[in-house]
Amino acid sequence: MVFDPTVAVYALIAFMFLGSIIAIEARDLLSTVISVSAVGAALSVIALLVGAPDISITQVVVEVLCLIVLIRVVVTRQDETVDAHPSDAATAMGLAFAAFLVVVCAVGFVGLRPFGQPLLADAKVGAGTMGAQYLEQSFASTGSPNAVMGVLLDFRAYDTLGEATVIFAAVIGTYVLLRKVGRKNA
Amino acid sequence: MKGMTPIVKEVTALVAGFIAIFGAHVVFHGHLSPGGGFPGGVILACGLILLCLAFGREFVTGLVGEKTATVYDCVGALAFLFIGTVLGYYGGVFFSNVLVGGKPDFLLTDGGIILPCNVAIGIKVGACLFGAFLALSLFRPGSKTT
Amino acid sequence: MIQPGTMPYILAILVLAVGVYAVSCKKNVVKIIVGIMIMEHAVNLFLLLMTYRASEAGVVAPILTRGQDAAAFAATAADPTPQALILTSIVIGLGVVALMVAMALRLHEKYGTFDLSRIRSLRG
Repeated sequence: MVFDPTVAVYALIAFMFLGSIIAIEARDLLSTVISVSAVGAALSVIALLVGAPDISITQVVVEVLCLIVLIRVVVTRQDETVDAHPSDAATAMGLAFAAFLVVVCAVGFVGLRPFGQPLLADAKVGAGTMGAQYLEQSFASTGSPNAVMGVLLDFRAYDTLGEATVIFAAVIGTYVLLRKVGRKNA
Repeated sequence: MKGMTPIVKEVTALVAGFIAIFGAHVVFHGHLSPGGGFPGGVILACGLILLCLAFGREFVTGLVGEKTATVYDCVGALAFLFIGTVLGYYGGVFFSNVLVGGKPDFLLTDGGIILPCNVAIGIKVGACLFGAFLALSLFRPGSKTT
Repeated sequence: MIQPGTMPYILAILVLAVGVYAVSCKKNVVKIIVGIMIMEHAVNLFLLLMTYRASEAGVVAPILTRGQDAAAFAATAADPTPQALILTSIVIGLGVVALMVAMALRLHEKYGTFDLSRIRSLRG
């Protein structure tokens, strides 16, 4: 009897869906922030269930930091305009756009591999795919038993350099926006 | 911001060292166990932020100020680039893993450039996220023209 | 028309649709930031679901342990490539959230409100 996470994954995705609806419809901004953190926590449990412990660790820690940063913005600023509702036409347009997105994706996903059987598990072509090659060669050619780190910092280290640049730019932007010393004629 | 109650301060003083050790462990053992530079750096930043919240900001900015965090941010990013460029010069390809060799045996040194890259990324991510937190918490309305 | 095997992917897109609705309809800046975070979570979830491989050995993380057979590991473990990409995208998401929060703080300082419709009418 092997462990099958499918039912638990369905339940947790339903939890994420409900949590995100509560997050965007809550009257209180603090409830909004805490609900979106619950959504992230559910994502980290899903990562643990489908065999991605690296992502699980990262998601938990990042979610804690996100919660602290977002509470920083809402807790000292009570805003009476939370209840300002958009007009009915705008709501209908938004809902129609979201529904259109779901329908397009549902039609487009018809050719996709079913859940639990990715291309690298295919009997005919699976051995030649990128993921299968990485799994086979990671330990022998990079010395890293963790195949994710082997991909991240050896096979695809150039990607990682680009992503480190992106987060560097984002944080520099934060510094610039919040600097204390303004320009002379600001 | 004088910090929180004595209970929070005592518990923080007990666990802060262990959080730092755990963060360093996650960074250094990234290629042997789940983790790596990205989560390890965020854990280190979380430990510093816990100290900030418990003891007040002045306690931590005496150790690691905003300027220090920026310097470490740049040092980590440049170290990562340096590893890629210099080893690429000797290996012929950008980010080529010239240090790896022999039969891997689950040791800390087996990963070649993966260990130094993890350390560089851990420093970079931890410093830049802690610096962003400091910038956000130092911000007060009306403080732009001081 | 919908195959039962792709149902989890469509559920992930439902979560994405909630985020799209929040970004396009909500007036509050914090709600819009939260909507972008929900979209990030949904995209990460979609990529994460594609890495899962059901095998006779159960769920196998792509981390080789001492004493594990390398060939059996390569035949059963989950796909490492999307996992490596999600790992960096989560941390980038945190940096982007910090940037958006900084913008929201500046907006609140200048206009005294998080409401976008009032910010538009208060221009100048």
